[in-house]
Amino acid sequence: MGASLEIQLIAVTAAVACALVGVFLVLRRMALMADAISHTVLLGIVLSFFVVQDLHSPWLLLGAALMGVATVGLVEALQRSGLVAEDAAIALVFPALFSLAVLLIGLYARNVHLDADVVLMGELALAPFERVLVFGLDLPQSLVVLAGVLLLNLLCIGLFYKELKLSTFDPVLAATLGIAPALLHYGLMALVAVTAVGAFDSVGAVLVVALIVTPPAAAHLLTDDLQRMLLLSAGIGAGSALSGYWLARWLDTNIAGSMALMAGVWFCVIWAAAPERGLVALLRRRARQRWQVAERVLALHLRSAEEEGSTNLVDRLPERLRWEPKFAHQVLRRAEANGLVQHQAGGLVLTERGRQQADYSSSRITGSS
Amino acid sequence: MASNETRPAALTVSDLTVMYGEKPVLWDVDLQMPAGVLMAVVGPNGAGKTTLIKAILGLVPTVAGQIRIDGRPYAEQRQRVGYVPQRGSVDWDFPTRVLDVVMMGCYGRLGWLRRPGKSEQAAALRALEQVGMADYAHRQIGRLSGGQQQRVFLARALMQEADIYLMDEPFQGVDAPTERAIVGLFRELRTRGKCVLVVHHDLQTVPEYFDWVTLLNVRSFACGPVAENFNESILRQTFGGHTAWIGDESLPGRVPTTVTVPAVG
Repeated sequence: MGASLEIQLIAVTAAVACALVGVFLVLRRMALMADAISHTVLLGIVLSFFVVQDLHSPWLLLGAALMGVATVGLVEALQRSGLVAEDAAIALVFPALFSLAVLLIGLYARNVHLDADVVLMGELALAPFERVLVFGLDLPQSLVVLAGVLLLNLLCIGLFYKELKLSTFDPVLAATLGIAPALLHYGLMALVAVTAVGAFDSVGAVLVVALIVTPPAAAHLLTDDLQRMLLLSAGIGAGSALSGYWLARWLDTNIAGSMALMAGVWFCVIWAAAPERGLVALLRRRARQRWQVAERVLALHLRSAEEEGSTNLVDRLPERLRWEPKFAHQVLRRAEANGLVQHQAGGLVLTERGRQQADYSSSRITGSS
Repeated sequence: MASNETRPAALTVSDLTVMYGEKPVLWDVDLQMPAGVLMAVVGPNGAGKTTLIKAILGLVPTVAGQIRIDGRPYAEQRQRVGYVPQRGSVDWDFPTRVLDVVMMGCYGRLGWLRRPGKSEQAAALRALEQVGMADYAHRQIGRLSGGQQQRVFLARALMQEADIYLMDEPFQGVDAPTERAIVGLFRELRTRGKCVLVVHHDLQTVPEYFDWVTLLNVRSFACGPVAENFNESILRQTFGGHTAWIGDESLPGRVPTTVTVPAVG
């Protein structure tokens, strides 16, 4: 495997792992918690490093996971105290824990490969240099770690899909059914922490947030189905990773930064162009509704005129409805094209369809069902 | 409205006290509900109606008191109690379909790790039929009207196959067809010997929809058959005199018209 392919593989694995746990985080409206956890895991790593004195020990992952859970617990305790606003609680907890970690590294671990720049930004280009042998295969260490993390995420989401879904949608019902929502909540937070650590080396603490939050947020705009949302989120994450890698190659710049940027770019594209929930679709729907409403008003108006026995209202239409003549003309043309009205012997009359629609609208107005 | 005095209580709440901080939300509340009874819980805003349901379900800590389902603690009887929360308690933008939400009702019975299969799906469809929502099984939940959402929640509770149903304002903001569907469902549950406790806001419909009533305002002012417990003097005590009456006060069957209601409990 060439270095280029290895880096891309690492990037995709990290992105997919993040995108999967991110789905549940985003649906629980806890996107900001990803930001907090991805920073405070550093303290978990530093503290467990002081204990085991080995930067490659798996205990570091456990320390990070515990710190992730502790972060969430701390934030929630602050929120529950009622003394600080909810969003402030997150902002109070994580910078404190993160800066403590940075300080400890500076004081006691200066000669260890744990420097703040890498922690913040990651250095994917260097990832292929640290290697391990797995089943006789010479692989980059971060790829092995991330593959493990991805597997863990797949396993947890696969096994507890039903529980995660229910406790995310309706935690109160989950509690009454005996499906411990608190356990799932903290379990998910631990998973986020482990994922953040795994993705740490490659993309850094700041940008890991982009990979956790952006792909699911984009995926939610594309689908109304949780399983599909997970797949799409993974796909968008992988797409961001690959396109980010090639952007970085082209511009000769930081890979992690380009990945996060591309995630943002993909999000913008989807936000604008998603078939039903996108901005363009939304604006078009609104415009269409405006015409529909106008056509309905026209039909209603003609219907009541019909019942009163008066005819040929085309010329008086703008005046009666207080419409601009140009607008009235456009509405008329559309109503005609949609088969609601027709010209007959110089007069304007409702078609049968127009009459039905008018009656339906008036039943809706008066509220009779 | 048969005599229920002889039947054993399906749900018994004794001396229940719940505090939020130093403020009592429920104070020494007693409540008994026999099987086969439809019971309304009415009271002014902040009377602790929602808290009562949450306390029965063990969702809020109690300071004192005992809750028994057929004589045993709730923790042992979880599967026998179905819960219909307020419609606004969940995010209807969640990416899922009507049928999936209904199937959630059987997750407790399935337990961890086991997934719902064909028989659960069939049961969910039957539950949707019962509330007149079978045509919407595959609709995204965000595209339902308020009344339809409420009926989906009811179908989900039916899916729990419980004996006691606790419902938090199922009539809140629903359309006429939904109200009819809910009332029809209540009666069917009653004929099947289930009991239903409903937090209710519309005093006018209490005698029509329910057999029993609990009047609650932090303390419980009455609990029993509507005929004996739903009268002006008890209502005045419960609501503190803020109830307006229509018709001649001496006529039987008169009902209060307006009580300041809005949501949240």
